[in-house]
Amino acid sequence: MNYAVLIPMIIFLILIFFIGYWSSRKLSSSSNFIADYFLGGRELGGFVLAMTMVATYGSASSFLGGPGTAYTMGFGWVLLAMTQVVTGYFVLMILGKKFAIMARRYKAVTMIDFLKARYDSKAVVLLSALSIIIFLFSAMAAQWIGGARLIESLTGLSYNSALFLFAVSVLVYVTIGGFRAVALTDAVQGAVMLIGTLILLVAVIVAGGGIPNIVQDLINENPNLVTPYGAEGNLSAAYVSSFWILVGVGVVGLPQIAVRAMSYKNSRSMHRALIIGTLVTGIIMLNMHLIGVFARPILPGIDVGDKVIPLIALETLPAWLAGIVLAAPMAAIMSTVDSLLLIVSSSIVRDVYLNYIKPEAELKTIKRISFGVTAMLGIGVFLLALDPPDLLIFLNLFAFGGLEAAFIWPVVLGLYWKCGNKYGAIASMITGIGTYVALHFYNQEYGNLLGVHTVTFPVLLSLVAFIAFSLLVGRKAYDYAG
Amino acid sequence: MNGTDWRFKIAHREALIGVGLALFNFVWWFGFAYGMGSAPVEEYTYVFGLPAWFFYSCVVGFLVIAVLVIVIVKFFFVEVPFDEEEEEKR
Repeated sequence: MNYAVLIPMIIFLILIFFIGYWSSRKLSSSSNFIADYFLGGRELGGFVLAMTMVATYGSASSFLGGPGTAYTMGFGWVLLAMTQVVTGYFVLMILGKKFAIMARRYKAVTMIDFLKARYDSKAVVLLSALSIIIFLFSAMAAQWIGGARLIESLTGLSYNSALFLFAVSVLVYVTIGGFRAVALTDAVQGAVMLIGTLILLVAVIVAGGGIPNIVQDLINENPNLVTPYGAEGNLSAAYVSSFWILVGVGVVGLPQIAVRAMSYKNSRSMHRALIIGTLVTGIIMLNMHLIGVFARPILPGIDVGDKVIPLIALETLPAWLAGIVLAAPMAAIMSTVDSLLLIVSSSIVRDVYLNYIKPEAELKTIKRISFGVTAMLGIGVFLLALDPPDLLIFLNLFAFGGLEAAFIWPVVLGLYWKCGNKYGAIASMITGIGTYVALHFYNQEYGNLLGVHTVTFPVLLSLVAFIAFSLLVGRKAYDYAG
Repeated sequence: MNGTDWRFKIAHREALIGVGLALFNFVWWFGFAYGMGSAPVEEYTYVFGLPAWFFYSCVVGFLVIAVLVIVIVKFFFVEVPFDEEEEEKR
């Protein structure tokens, strides 16, 4: 076991626990439990807000999978990854002030609260709750597997013990601290990610003998690595551009991101979050993926993409520093997992239980159920991740794209288009998810339709469905002031 | 009540700015990447050791967007109250 690597990571985990505990003390003195537990009481400042968005968004895929693919594909994949910079400002600018104002007027705590108040339809609420529970639950399980693999590769523990360790750390502080704990630890984790990637990038460039040297090595091995088209020349401009929808503008429709756009204290913190979020996302994405490419000449022949970052850190940094830097992907995974956990449990407690099962439940009951559901979900994910069933991996494959196709138009057009109504929203969600699943199978069988990512057409089709049904069925202008 | 909240006008304008900025970002990113990157590798030029298409598209592109975001937020975004308070049903 590598203690020099482990000890910094353990210190990091203890720090996270401490923050969770601290914010839970604040929670017990709060007057509005629901808004506090699930939303941090709408008082996040700019820095925390920006970091929590970056940390939630930057998941296992951007810290392990993404750089691993960049390692194989070369600069073309870094180009693709940079499409994510747009999320730094786009989400906050688009949802922006109107979402914040409307969410407060509706007293909305989750994205579904917003949809419920806007469309006044039971079908919309249940459909959204269902898609969130199914898709995010699977997405979460996949992150747990990533987290456990990372611990496994660092510690030499067995997969099951690593998973257990990971599960306990996540559960303890999500259950006790709620959103505020998650947002605060996200801020710490975001900072760790930022600094960690900077250190690692410098170390890799030094180890490779400078950038010109590394790029020359890449050209000698395969000139395609320095083109935008990928190692095999198979990354087409259309395919890479379609990631603008999947990881760029489409992110507006992700419930775990949208909920953060209703949690800021005032417009000043929103403005600050815009700037910090853009800078931090850009730096982290550029660094992590460049590290992946630059690692290639230094450590050739790594066949499992997820291992590139851990291995290159252990290779180029002193052990104790590697431990701190590797806390970054750990931080990314944990912060994604904990916000997903909170979103899923808020869907169950708020959107289904409080809306339709027992609206007049007492505060004490709500508290008990919130903790209980969050803990139960965690245990459920743990059991699934022990031996992941195929269905899970399958659902995770289209978790984000499916949610984007389902929610982007009901949220964005619900906010800005007064003619949008519940028929449009229902049609849009069904069309989005339906065509996404169908196209997923088609693309697997016959290659990507017109060479673009699966998410592209469902997002367009669900837009058409939203507009068509809103205009054709029960057309009526919505009164935003009402 | 006339149905339009004064804050919405500001919110709508800022959302449109967001769309515009994303479009500009896309054109910049796409233009440099595929405009310069589609040349044969032997003809590539390099800036700070990085291929020029990548440097302008991703590194400079990111910096330009970051500066634009800062300028837009500082000079064009207006602070508005989010809470209802006294302006309830003006």
